[in-house]
Amino acid sequence: MELNVTIKLKRGVADPEGENTKKALNLLGFRDVRSVKSLKSFRIEVEPGEGEGEDEEKVKQEVEEMCRKLLANPVIHDYEIEVVKSERR
Amino acid sequence: MRTPKICILRIEGTNCELETSFAFTRLGASAEIVHLKQLTGAVNERERRNLKDYDLLVIPGGFSSGDYIRAGAILAARIKGALGAEIADFIENGSPILGICNGFQVLVEMGLLPGPSFGFAHEKGAIQRVALTTNDSARFECRPTFIKHENRGKCVFTGGIEKGSILKMPCAHAEGKFFIAEQEGEWGEVMEYIQLLEESDQIVFRYVDPEGNYAPYPWNPNGSVYNIAGICNPEGNILGLMPHPERAFYSFTDSEWSRRKRKGEGKKEDTCFGDGKKIFESVLNYISKKSYL
Repeated sequence: MELNVTIKLKRGVADPEGENTKKALNLLGFRDVRSVKSLKSFRIEVEPGEGEGEDEEKVKQEVEEMCRKLLANPVIHDYEIEVVKSERR
Repeated sequence: MRTPKICILRIEGTNCELETSFAFTRLGASAEIVHLKQLTGAVNERERRNLKDYDLLVIPGGFSSGDYIRAGAILAARIKGALGAEIADFIENGSPILGICNGFQVLVEMGLLPGPSFGFAHEKGAIQRVALTTNDSARFECRPTFIKHENRGKCVFTGGIEKGSILKMPCAHAEGKFFIAEQEGEWGEVMEYIQLLEESDQIVFRYVDPEGNYAPYPWNPNGSVYNIAGICNPEGNILGLMPHPERAFYSFTDSEWSRRKRKGEGKKEDTCFGDGKKIFESVLNYISKKSYL
């Protein structure tokens, strides 16, 4: 099972990387660019579980735990988890 | 008296452990660079070390685990996972921990700073509200900075430094902006939080200009709120700071060393040592007093 984890900055947290990218794009002539936000994403592959099929909810919960423990910093980050490939047999 | 034993933690990517160990060795302590694996026991018996045997733990600067995910995140997770109980005992015992630059980021990620009473990160009920995030300039900022000592005497690393004195130390980081989360999107909350830190005497260093005024960029290299450069925990035995005291241990590592010498500024002893020395000296002082008691 493969999941996409997207880490983004919370609202109100400054995003200097996005700001600078926006400025550069504007300078390159893309004047319609109104805002740029930087995101970080991870593609995580999880071993299919034992027994009958896999419990998508359980895996998702585990990935959420991963986000809380390492991938995201709850002080500044929000995260989204999305299943991109589930292995149905 | 017993020679104080210093544990300087190393994992892949730390790069300031040598200077740090030189600094402590020069002051007569016995400094040892210890790999995290040596503490967790994933090595043979001869290499095994025990955190309990040391008087001070230093998490040095550098780019632990390549700064992947976030600066310090991986090292923090590894320490917490493999060494959590030992670290808790170590702190309980009153033994000091110093985090420089990347080490500061690790201590904040672990929730040891601003400290448990302010909430352990990632634990139920308590919320960590502080983070070190990307500099306002979105660049790696590498320059000498001036920091003013603000602590009223709680921090064991600055006992020998007069309050209000200005130290010069280089900083070098891309993620060093001291950030406090607003819970309801109100700026007043951030100021309240700062006041809490101030009341419990946890603010240790703040960026200033050479005259000692709290000044914006470039004197505040990263856009830290309230110009905060370093904080300690409520007990004062854990210090984290972004600038590098070990790089200002000798005066000749200062960028303006030769110019100052020509002008004949400073006393004789000042021409040998830089401002960073005082931090190492103060904590060694604390350790020798503590072991005496």
